[in-house]
Amino acid sequence: MTATVFDQIRTMASDLFGVPVDQISAASSAQTLDNWDSIQHLNLVLAVEEKFGLQLSPEEIEQMKTVGDTAKLVESKLQAAPR
Amino acid sequence: MPHQHNPATLRAEVNRLLAEGAPDAASRLLAELWRREPGSATASFVTSRVDQLRDKLPLARFKLAILRSFTVEPIVPLLRAEAFTYGIDLEVHVGDFNAYVQDIVDANSSLYRFAPNAVILAVRTEDVAPDLVREFADLSPEVAHQAAARVTRGYEQWISSFRQHSQAALVVHALERPTHPSLGVLDGQSETGQSGLTRQINRELRLIAASHHGVYVLDYDALVARHGSQHWHDERKWLTARLPIAAGHLLHMAREWMRFVVPLVGRTAKCLVIDLDNTLWGGVIGEDGMAGIKVGPEYPGAAYQALQRALLDLSRKGILLAACSKNNLDDAMEALDKHPGMLVRSQNFAALRINWTDKSQNLREIAQELKIGLDSLAFLDDNPFEREQVRAAMPEVTVIDPSQNPLDYAAIVRDCPVFERLTLSDEDQQRTAMYAAQRQRAGAEQSFQSKEDFFRFLEQEAELNPVSDLTLARVAQLTQKTNQFNLTTRRYTESQIAEMAKHPAWNIFSIRVRDRFGDHGIVGVAITHDQGDQCEVDTFLLSCRVIGRTIETALLAHIAKSAAERGCKRLVGRFLPTKKNAPARDFYSQHKFGLVEKNGEGSLWSLDLTRQQVPFPEWVKLITAQGAHD
Repeated sequence: MTATVFDQIRTMASDLFGVPVDQISAASSAQTLDNWDSIQHLNLVLAVEEKFGLQLSPEEIEQMKTVGDTAKLVESKLQAAPR
Repeated sequence: MPHQHNPATLRAEVNRLLAEGAPDAASRLLAELWRREPGSATASFVTSRVDQLRDKLPLARFKLAILRSFTVEPIVPLLRAEAFTYGIDLEVHVGDFNAYVQDIVDANSSLYRFAPNAVILAVRTEDVAPDLVREFADLSPEVAHQAAARVTRGYEQWISSFRQHSQAALVVHALERPTHPSLGVLDGQSETGQSGLTRQINRELRLIAASHHGVYVLDYDALVARHGSQHWHDERKWLTARLPIAAGHLLHMAREWMRFVVPLVGRTAKCLVIDLDNTLWGGVIGEDGMAGIKVGPEYPGAAYQALQRALLDLSRKGILLAACSKNNLDDAMEALDKHPGMLVRSQNFAALRINWTDKSQNLREIAQELKIGLDSLAFLDDNPFEREQVRAAMPEVTVIDPSQNPLDYAAIVRDCPVFERLTLSDEDQQRTAMYAAQRQRAGAEQSFQSKEDFFRFLEQEAELNPVSDLTLARVAQLTQKTNQFNLTTRRYTESQIAEMAKHPAWNIFSIRVRDRFGDHGIVGVAITHDQGDQCEVDTFLLSCRVIGRTIETALLAHIAKSAAERGCKRLVGRFLPTKKNAPARDFYSQHKFGLVEKNGEGSLWSLDLTRQQVPFPEWVKLITAQGAHD
């Protein structure tokens, strides 16, 4: 399950930031990926909400600094509210 | 399983095919990826690949401007990806926040510099009518009415101003009613409450739209209601990002826009080919028999009746139905004509292919029989193997994926944008009956010795008239849809035709044809442009169901005669070849026009009106506004 959420978010990041999947790690962030701007950040939020059926608060969106952070956030949300 | 790829390998495969320079194969897999995993992230992948492919594929280019009062940026990639699967390369321009009024009234705004084919005006009620949303309970009835009237006047001014500056189509979001009216249930008790006044504005908006050509209303309330207002809205995103729509519904907004874009581009289907077993009815007629198949007012048969009602509604919009089924003909015909639960009968189908041949071959024959292109066919079949076979064999056909659940079939057909029409002509509504008459005609043709005998037997009448308000929509529709017998393939919108018709140098004729079997309706258009003593044929087209019966000669004779009467000395015309208009290639030479020049773009032909004319076919009776001639 852990690997699955992370892998799915990696694929989203690859789609949104235009970088091959194998070049995206848990540490990838707006600092390491050129296309991670505010518009694509919003798109990442929307893609996560849509895919996992979640609603993220502004505070949670703030926490999404890296691909790893995002995966962790999603996992904790999914555990808190099992679907 | 028909799919060999999962989404991850699909992405890799698309990249590989792109690198190898195989655009067609890459495009097919890209469309498959989108169908299987539509969403914000995939949209980014798809649109970036479409940008690499756009010059290598026969995509229809279309420029869409979105004027808005809220964030639409995340919807744009979804819209472009969706458009790609309908063969459309959509270029999108987004106006600045709440700058729609300046954009519309300023002839030099970025909107008009973009030169859009269509414009969407997506404005929220609280931006266009803040009084009616925020402080409503404070307003006296008179003041509330004045506020509503102000909104309506605003729309009227913007739309007229837009029409002065642009011929593009305009789609206006109707206003959304408040989900929580300020006075609670009291609001529902009168027509002057918040909901009542919003409805009133929307009614007026529809009247304004109807008084202009090419202006359409998007029923935003109905869209939201379909998905549930509670789920549709995301108040938090509205307050933080000016995005009022929840993540899961952005795709639905994009798809609603596509229901306008697809018919505006002309990527519509003229015929739906449908499978029978487990699609039109539940079960397999050859195994379950008449008593075993499911179709009727009770569940599960009710799901198939709902689909059949949706099919009959398509017929009413002029979309032909055809059946294509692997079955014994007698079994299938018995179910079609005798089963008490069936709403669709064999006479509702313009073509039937009930046999054991493969479906792509049958689809090809259906297109030939109905004289339409493969790209005018849509195909609905519950069997994924059949769908994949058709997709692989003919990518032009729109293949519809029904869900696993027959209860969804009707909605899937109703929501499919290739069946949308923005206007409806008499011809559209009569089309199925006209094709039935066509089958009789084809039978008659075979029993005559000579073509001329057959022409006389047909007793054709051609009604030739200048374009009028009544025929404008049909004339524009013909310029947009006619591909085969079309000499220049110039596409015009209703408002462009209306604009041309105002100038005395332009003459626009429509031709309506009747014969002993029935009325074909308006089937041809000729547009000419006088330039001094020369008259140029700008557009000359004819629906293919009347080609080869000298109607084309009648239309040409009429424009030649009327040009000569206006004092023109020469009638000139171009043939601009496309992939599809070979049937019209020899038209000018067959009518004794001389070749003036020929280049990569096409050929130019000329007829000396002082010495020659085009004889009107003797077996066609001419009817003009002035009365009947022979």
